Amino acid sequence: MTPPTVSLVDVSRTYPGGVTALAGVSLEIARGELIAIAGPSGSGKSTLLNVIGTLDRPTSGTVRIDGYDVPALSDRGLSALRATTIGFVFQHFHLADRVTALDNVAGGLLYSGLGRAERRRRAAAALERVGLGHRLDHEPHELSGGERQRVAIARAVAGDPPLLLADEPTGALDSVSGAGVMELLHDLNASGTTIVIITHDREIAASLPRRVGMRDGRIVSDSAADPSHPSHPSDLTRSNQPTRPTDPSEPTDPSDPTGSTDSGDSGGRPAAGAVPGSEAA
Amino acid sequence: MAASRTERPEPAPARMRPRDVLRVGAAGLRTRPLRAFLSALGVAIGIAATVGVVGVSSSSGAELDRTLSALGTNLLTVSSGRTLLGEEAEMPPDAEAMIERIGPVESASAVGRVDGAQVYRSEEIPEEQTGGISVYAARADLLAAVGATVRSGVWLDGATLRHPAVVLGATAARRLGVGAAGPDVQVVVGGERFTVVGVLDPVPLAAELDAAALVGWPVAEEVLDFDGHPTILYTRCEEARLEAVREVLAATASPEAPNEVEVSRPSDALAAKQAAGRAFTGLLLGVGGVALLVGGVGVANTMVVSVLERRAEIGLRRSLGATRGQIRTQFLAESLLLSALGGAGGVLLGAAATTGYALQAGWPVVVPAWATAGGLAATLAIGALAGLYPAVRAARLSPTEALAAP
Repeated sequence: MTPPTVSLVDVSRTYPGGVTALAGVSLEIARGELIAIAGPSGSGKSTLLNVIGTLDRPTSGTVRIDGYDVPALSDRGLSALRATTIGFVFQHFHLADRVTALDNVAGGLLYSGLGRAERRRRAAAALERVGLGHRLDHEPHELSGGERQRVAIARAVAGDPPLLLADEPTGALDSVSGAGVMELLHDLNASGTTIVIITHDREIAASLPRRVGMRDGRIVSDSAADPSHPSHPSDLTRSNQPTRPTDPSEPTDPSDPTGSTDSGDSGGRPAAGAVPGSEAA
Repeated sequence: MAASRTERPEPAPARMRPRDVLRVGAAGLRTRPLRAFLSALGVAIGIAATVGVVGVSSSSGAELDRTLSALGTNLLTVSSGRTLLGEEAEMPPDAEAMIERIGPVESASAVGRVDGAQVYRSEEIPEEQTGGISVYAARADLLAAVGATVRSGVWLDGATLRHPAVVLGATAARRLGVGAAGPDVQVVVGGERFTVVGVLDPVPLAAELDAAALVGWPVAEEVLDFDGHPTILYTRCEEARLEAVREVLAATASPEAPNEVEVSRPSDALAAKQAAGRAFTGLLLGVGGVALLVGGVGVANTMVVSVLERRAEIGLRRSLGATRGQIRTQFLAESLLLSALGGAGGVLLGAAATTGYALQAGWPVVVPAWATAGGLAATLAIGALAGLYPAVRAARLSPTEALAAP
């Protein structure tokens, strides 16, 4: 059996000044999963993504990414791990202006040790894969928002990382473009990439096979933790229908999807920090 | 849980190729071309100033060398000084002949001041307006001895030496308003009309002749009451034995009072003047250095601002797998590239300025390679210094902080 791509055990992250962003989070993500991490602003989901992405180190706890013991690695080692293992997609794309889509994507491979010709070849292939084979020479300002995010996704997957982390990938897009981007992420997952998506869009969270809810630095729900709770989006959608706003929910919305899902759980609220069984996914 | 797995060795980051480092550095400059141009311009001005100063002074030095090699550095002059009592000393009339008897002396010539004789453009000029022109009796071989050239007309020859004919130095001719020599151009020398048969070019090795009116030795004795004592002796001797000649020259020219004559080597004086100019060059070079420093501060400023503005880019690169070292290298490369561009532009500008100035002055164009190389080396040092702090700051930025930046 292949080891899980992500394995967090009792991970805490406190910032100087006493702010606790993560308070004993345990989470295991198996190879090939497509998982949503949802929660209001300040729930710690971004910190969790940074820890999974090795951009941030936990204050305590065990973090294993692709089998590597993250706290034990040096900064150089983590950089190398990110270069080979993890792809990032950001809400605001982070594309370089006045640089063609091809070179933006090829730039993502700069730290992989590949030669320029090979980088460009792979970049072209990645752009082809996200459906932008006809936009190689376009600069970001010549692309629509959805296309820009596709370029960013192409950059993240050009090096074929086993793990793709997306932070609000549709947050800056209209719903049609957002749907297209989600479809692309589903396709990438279908071809084997493990994908973690941070979102506070309920509809998007609901459309993913596994959903983890966060609040106050703890995991308050995990659709994979409770076998009695079917991993089906209709659940979330149904339970939220009466109060769901058309826009992404307010951070402090008491009818937060994760919260209401929890209350509907027959198994009760899972204890924060409980180790979820990844086998169930 | 699969925590029992054995530890995997730490992954090693891939090395960036030098060409990629260069490309990334250049990309940073390309996105803000105007700012890059302006801060490179600061360095360029500093480098241009230093290269230009060195170039112009080198070109003028080359011009002096050319002049000296044309005029020769083997000229020694003996001029009569003053006696211990402060009176004007006199060399014996046969001093010239005695000097010619010294072995290594190749030739000797002399001029003698005609005391009391003044030069006027015409009899109408009031007596007190002398114009500061001295009248010298000259030998026929003077021209060759001092390396003088005639600008207009001819030099005194066997016939004109005995007739009221005069050759004017360049300054004297200007003061008298004589543009060119001719049979109908006359000036009044010591109350007598003399025909101006020639006008000299400036004489670098015997500047005293520039403000002189030169007449033949015999005519000076006959018409102007010249006493026949030489005032200045011009001696050409073998270059290799010049010092030996120099030592005996005073005693030979004036055996009775060798301390009353002064021996000098005019080419030394020219070189000394050049050395004085070099001190001034040093000062200008200092000014250029200050300009260069200011340019360096401009580069540092640009880099600091660039790091502040590009935090998101730094965060992205870190997320893509760049190590701290690679971020540091990127910004250092950018800073080096920026100042190298400025340096190259400055060297070109400085060389162009030198060329223009030297050509306009009629000098040979010399831009020393050491100045060019030194200028470029200085820019690289400046780029490294200016970029170091911003680069280190960029590398220290934590990836999450950098990514959180707008």
